[in-house]
This record gives sequence, C-alpha cells and structure tokens, in this order.
Amino acid sequence: MKRAVTFVLGATLVAGLAWATPEEDRQAFTEYFLKRFPDVAVEDYVNGVYAIDKPAYEQWQQIEEFPPYELALAEGKDLFETPFANGKTYADCFPNGGIGVRQNYPYFDTETGQVKTLEQEINECREKNGEQPLGYKKGAIASISAYMAYTSRGNKFNVEIPNEQALAAYESGKEFYYSKRGQLNFSCADCHVGNSGMMIRADKLSPALGHPTHFPVYRSKWNDMGTLHRRFDGCNKQVRATPLAAQGEEYRNLEYFLTYMSNGMEVNGPGARK
Amino acid sequence: MASSIRVKVKLSGDVAEVKSLMKHEMETGTRKDSKTGETVPAHYIKEVKAELNGAPVMTANWGPAVSKNPYFAFSVRGAKAGDTLKISWVDNKGETASEETTIS
Repeated sequence: MKRAVTFVLGATLVAGLAWATPEEDRQAFTEYFLKRFPDVAVEDYVNGVYAIDKPAYEQWQQIEEFPPYELALAEGKDLFETPFANGKTYADCFPNGGIGVRQNYPYFDTETGQVKTLEQEINECREKNGEQPLGYKKGAIASISAYMAYTSRGNKFNVEIPNEQALAAYESGKEFYYSKRGQLNFSCADCHVGNSGMMIRADKLSPALGHPTHFPVYRSKWNDMGTLHRRFDGCNKQVRATPLAAQGEEYRNLEYFLTYMSNGMEVNGPGARK
Repeated sequence: MASSIRVKVKLSGDVAEVKSLMKHEMETGTRKDSKTGETVPAHYIKEVKAELNGAPVMTANWGPAVSKNPYFAFSVRGAKAGDTLKISWVDNKGETASEETTIS
C-alpha cells in the first residue's frame, strides 16, 4: 500500500514537472510583457523599443517617412528579379515565387532534421543554380531578404514545430536564450526580458516580444543593413562573448525559438532602428 | 537601376518640404582598406544643387565629412503644385547624378 502511494505521488510530481509546451511558453512570454508594460498593446511590440519609448517613437515615425532602407529595398528587388547565369531566378526556389512568404521562416525541415532560415535558403538557391553563396551578415543577402520581407508585410508569423526533433531544436534555442555567456555573464533574456525597458547607458533595452519581426534591419549604428544573425553576432560581442557563426546551428535554433515567441505577430520588415 | 537619388516632396501652403536620399560611397580619403593596408581614395559629393522650374534655389557645398548615402532635407518657399524640382550632385571625381520630380 505504501509503495503504491509513493508511486502515485511520484507520477504526479513527474507530470507536474514536465516541460511546458512551446505554446505555453509563448503565452507565458507574452503575458510577462503585457504585465510589465500594461500600456502597450500586444500588436505594438513589432515596433521594438519604440513601443515603450514615446520620444524615440516620434523620431522614428519621422525616419519612416523616408526610410533609410529604401535604397536596399530597391537593390533587393533588382537582385531578386535578375536571372542567374542559367536563366532561373530566386522565384523558382521558393513557394509562391518567394513573394509573401517571410512569415513561414524559419521552419523545421523534417527531411534534413534542421531549422532552415530564409537567408540560408537564398544561398542554397544560389548554389543550386551555380552561383557563389553570399556572406550572411550584410550586403546583398540583407537586401534580398529585405525585399522578400517587404512583400510579406502584414502577414502573421506562423512558425510550426512539426515533430520531436523540431521540439529539440526549439528547446536548444530556448536554452541558448536563457544561458549566461561572455565575460559579462549575461543571457539574452537578462537584458531583453528581465531588464527590458531599463536603461543601458543612453539607450532603452527593447522587449524581446516582437524582436525578430522587422529583420533585416537598417541600423543607424551600422549605417547599413544587416540580418538577424548579424544582430546576434553584435549582441554576443556586447556581452564579451565570442560570436558564433552566422547561420550556424546555434543561431538558427535561437532564431527558431525567438520567432516562435513572436508567432501571430505581423511581419514588418525591413525596419529602421537606432 | 533607378536613379541614385530619391526625392519626396510635401507641399504645405507655398512651402515645399523636400526630402532626399542619395546613394553615394562618400569615401573620406583617410580610411585604409583593412586587408591591403592601402588608403581608399577619396570619393565624395562636392556640390548639391536644387532647381525649381529650372531656376536654382539652393546650392550646398559638401565635403568628406558627410555620411555615406546622405539624407538631405530642406524647404523651398514659393513652390506650387505642378512645379518641377530637380536635385543634382557633382562629386570630386566629376561624376554626376540628378533626379527630377513634379510637385503634387
């Protein structure tokens, strides 16, 4: 009898401790920010730090009247439409001709058992058609990705986790997000969850909810366009950690987790940020 | 490729608020190539001109201190709908670009 009771108790404990599902994670994540910034509507988080910083929001609105990413957008459209040497184009590599598909990236490819990102598929498309791959952090790839995001504006992020393997990739991205790293011993979450809205020197820390929606981004700091992985690179350097490879497994899993947290939010890339 | 200058004009009363974005390297001539160690030759816009219906309304003398892909905004008084506004630049290598737009 005693043994049976122990067993029942143990089973309850295990059930209680079982990991939260990604959907529960996402709800908890969203609710955390809604509680932290009660005046901000959930759909405004796509505006990043400008959702919580009124004076900066007004400046940004003026910037958006003549957005600095316009040149890159025109270049991206040009590159996207220019055929490769073999006559094919990027449109041949993507569902729906690559128009309005940004919200489905990153996705878990069940065949290769990996998270696939948009930038990765742009390069795969190039290699398949006998072209040299592009650098992943800035330049042409950011322009092409910007154009593809632009054609998807207003669509809602819909990242899916199809199987156990995908769940493992999600969990590894989540672990990355909450793990301390670098000389400063900061995790992504330390700044963008726990201290979001606080000052870091002269700047406000942006909330993590809605973080990936506006990428690729024109950053005034860069005076240039950059991809999400360029930003990851910068974040890691800021906590004095050695950045990992852009489009390496760690960053792709991180993008998978982070974008899942913003599921249901609108694509508003390319964006302009400080 | 479209023109390397992009212009937007907003008319309020008789004042046209002109905003422009120019694609240009704006090399200062003091930067070194990180791989070869060679100095990157200066290449920057020297003069920007704005004309309203062919008559000059503004000339700006620029130098290497202006940023890459400069954003430039100014107001023109005495403009009306239907006027043409032309913006052009000349750089230190003698290259030029211009863009015309009709104020609406």
